[in-house]
Amino acid sequence: MKRSKKTEEAVFKILSGFATYSLIVILAFIIIVVFVKGFNALTWEMVVKTPKGGYYYGGEGGVLNAIMGSLYIAFGATIIAIIIGMPSALYLNVYLLRHKKTQNTIRYILDALWGIPSIVYGAFGFTLMLYLGLNASLLAGILTVALLITPIIVRTFDEVLSTIPKGLHEATLALGSTRTEMAFKVMLKQGFSGFITAVLLAFGRGIGDAASVLFTAGYTDLIPVNIDEPAATLPLAIFFQLGSPIPEVRERAYAAGAILTIIILTVSLTARLFSRQYSKSNIN
Amino acid sequence: MLLKRIISDKLSGVWMLISLTAILLIPLFIIAGLYLKSTPLFNHQDFLRLISSSEWQPHKGNFGFWPFIAGSLYVTIIAFALAAPVCLLAAIYLTQFARSAMMRIMLPVIDILAGLPSVIYGVWGILIVVPFISKILAPAFNINTSGYTIFAGGVVLAVMCIPYMLNMIIEVFNTIPMGLKEASLSLGATFWESIKHVVIRKSYPGIISAFGLGIAKAFGETMAVMMVVGNSVQVKFNPFEAGYPLPALIANNYGEMLSIPLYDSALMFGAFLLLIIILLINLIFRYFIYRTRVH
Amino acid sequence: MHTNEISMLINEQIESISTNHNIVKINNLNVYADSHQILKNINLTIPKNKITVLLGPSGCGKTTLLKSMNKLTDLYKELKVTGNIFIEDDDILHTTKNVPSIRQKMGLLGQRPFPLPMSIYKNISYGIKLKGIRDKKLIAFSVEKYLKEVGLWEEVKNRLNQPATSLSIGQQQRLCLARGLAVKPRIILADEPTSALDPISSKIIENLFRSLKEHYTIILVTHVLRQAVRLADHVVFMYNGEVIEQGSPNTLFNTPKTQKLKEYLVDGN
Repeated sequence: MKRSKKTEEAVFKILSGFATYSLIVILAFIIIVVFVKGFNALTWEMVVKTPKGGYYYGGEGGVLNAIMGSLYIAFGATIIAIIIGMPSALYLNVYLLRHKKTQNTIRYILDALWGIPSIVYGAFGFTLMLYLGLNASLLAGILTVALLITPIIVRTFDEVLSTIPKGLHEATLALGSTRTEMAFKVMLKQGFSGFITAVLLAFGRGIGDAASVLFTAGYTDLIPVNIDEPAATLPLAIFFQLGSPIPEVRERAYAAGAILTIIILTVSLTARLFSRQYSKSNIN
Repeated sequence: MLLKRIISDKLSGVWMLISLTAILLIPLFIIAGLYLKSTPLFNHQDFLRLISSSEWQPHKGNFGFWPFIAGSLYVTIIAFALAAPVCLLAAIYLTQFARSAMMRIMLPVIDILAGLPSVIYGVWGILIVVPFISKILAPAFNINTSGYTIFAGGVVLAVMCIPYMLNMIIEVFNTIPMGLKEASLSLGATFWESIKHVVIRKSYPGIISAFGLGIAKAFGETMAVMMVVGNSVQVKFNPFEAGYPLPALIANNYGEMLSIPLYDSALMFGAFLLLIIILLINLIFRYFIYRTRVH
Repeated sequence: MHTNEISMLINEQIESISTNHNIVKINNLNVYADSHQILKNINLTIPKNKITVLLGPSGCGKTTLLKSMNKLTDLYKELKVTGNIFIEDDDILHTTKNVPSIRQKMGLLGQRPFPLPMSIYKNISYGIKLKGIRDKKLIAFSVEKYLKEVGLWEEVKNRLNQPATSLSIGQQQRLCLARGLAVKPRIILADEPTSALDPISSKIIENLFRSLKEHYTIILVTHVLRQAVRLADHVVFMYNGEVIEQGSPNTLFNTPKTQKLKEYLVDGN
């Protein structure tokens, strides 16, 4: 009886430990494979040049067009998402503070919105684009990605705002502030590093997402100079080059994969740094 | 001065309210937009036939979605079967057995992996999973395949979903008060009995929700799956055959959809179907979470 | 009822009669957490079938002392425990006996009720089944007996299969007490058991303690001075991880020897 209990515990400890460590190995393996394969093919030319003639047959050039395209789209989309998302999160935590039920319903909808796959946003962005009479362009890409990342900004920022103690609200209002003054001067300031984390998170998602820009941003070998021109993106550059039968081109896809991973890691590590700072200041 | 304050108060109040309303209207717009776009298809073929027929011949006007729905279901089931037990066990280990230092290291790692773009997981799938299946796994069953298979899609999806589900399950376990475990131990339960009868039982709704949301994520995942799954229209039971999940259908054919009549409408119907399924799963399981949080 | 279960019951009865007077004895107990020390050189003897109150300001180590008595300190990997804790002459820090059976000698009552995520009935039967008792009638008999002992039977007898969380907080705490009694402990460890309860429920718990001390040794952690005055047969005053004074409530409360206790008695009132 007692022995079987002990055995069961030991078995599960070993089993769960094994699951954890094999998980760590697999996940480490992904990063290693992507980096090793990528760095083998990565040259400085890849980063600083756009595709030249014959690039897709193994000729000269790089993926600067896609890097810039991705940055433009993510940047533009993040700006829009901030303009809509930041005040929404503030409204949720200032005006709706006493309406727990409404607050929770809105959070519920936002979370569900977060769960919609990006291909659906892509398809919707496409119909919207046709409706507005746009072509596949930087603008259409930005709008679609903005739809995708706004719920992320709102919910992430909202999570931080909701941890701000209620006493602060009352104290601020008692000092004669209006509610919007409280929102923008006190809440935004208090939750600022959380806000930055939310923005970076959304920015990273914007750079990495492929399915939403597939229909809407188009693809070009040039760096777009105008908002109505099509734009290449890094995830799509990887995807298209991987489809090539020529080994050199596929190698470049791996290199582009390493570039994308580095960008994403930089963004998410920066976001971590800010959120750590936040949680520190929260304890003190 | 006071007037200026009142005006700016009103203006920014309006800005906040409009923004929030706009966001909350997004899902309605998406549903309406995709629905309107797919109405031509509804007029052409009735809904039940659309989702149950296996005939996919856009040129002849035959749009049967069953191969794609089946493909999505199949990769999702494989992914879930692989990922769910691993996530549950790893979450138990990290929250119950491991030292807290390990948890502190693992949490950011899991977070970062959850943020990696799906294309990267796809690259990994092509580099590792596909060759592994074609050179090692399938030959072991005497099957000859390129490796671009439903199984490859399932494996890549599983790996993608693990950080996502693991994160949620860990969060659930962390909400279980220490006092509950102490109560069980003090009644004479062993450590494992306390985990099994009390911690896991108490976390049950949360674990189910995490699983549900993981399934929703797997079902809608596009790029990574599309890169390794083979993309051929067929309904096969053998996991070492190529499949064609719904998101891949939409993503793969956007180029030609405007040149064939009703094709664009069919793809938008695909997106609509995907949206409804995932939105439903999300709403149901998130409702579960919210309800348990209230209690 | 099976004969072996009857003999089990009788054996337990005999065991509890034959035990000696010093039911808990602690020698040189030290508890360290990473770099700092939570408990410093604790020496205690706890009298049998009395209520011993561990008194002191919050953060003084009372709860840690209580939890080290039934080895719940094992749960916190950063804690290091040295010294001896004798429970009925077993040195539980160095014994080879299995921990669950040691823990079953003590019932634990937490700062707030922690009903197990199961029905009212199963909350009580959980510990009984862990002892290896399988006889359904015996279990049902015990469930009724211990629910009656805490005065909960009449309130819940028609809803035994409902989840324990459907009870009020005060009822939940009594359920937790009954569940602890059902494993037939000799000692009750109570960690500020009334701090989450309303005054009426608190009073019920206090009255239960008064009647339970006839059969059980009760160790009660509290920072409420008045509760200590009402209940204590023996008082241990702790401050900053050390036992400062101990003795009968009369001596401690009326003629405190140390400055620390004097200050505490003044602030506490």
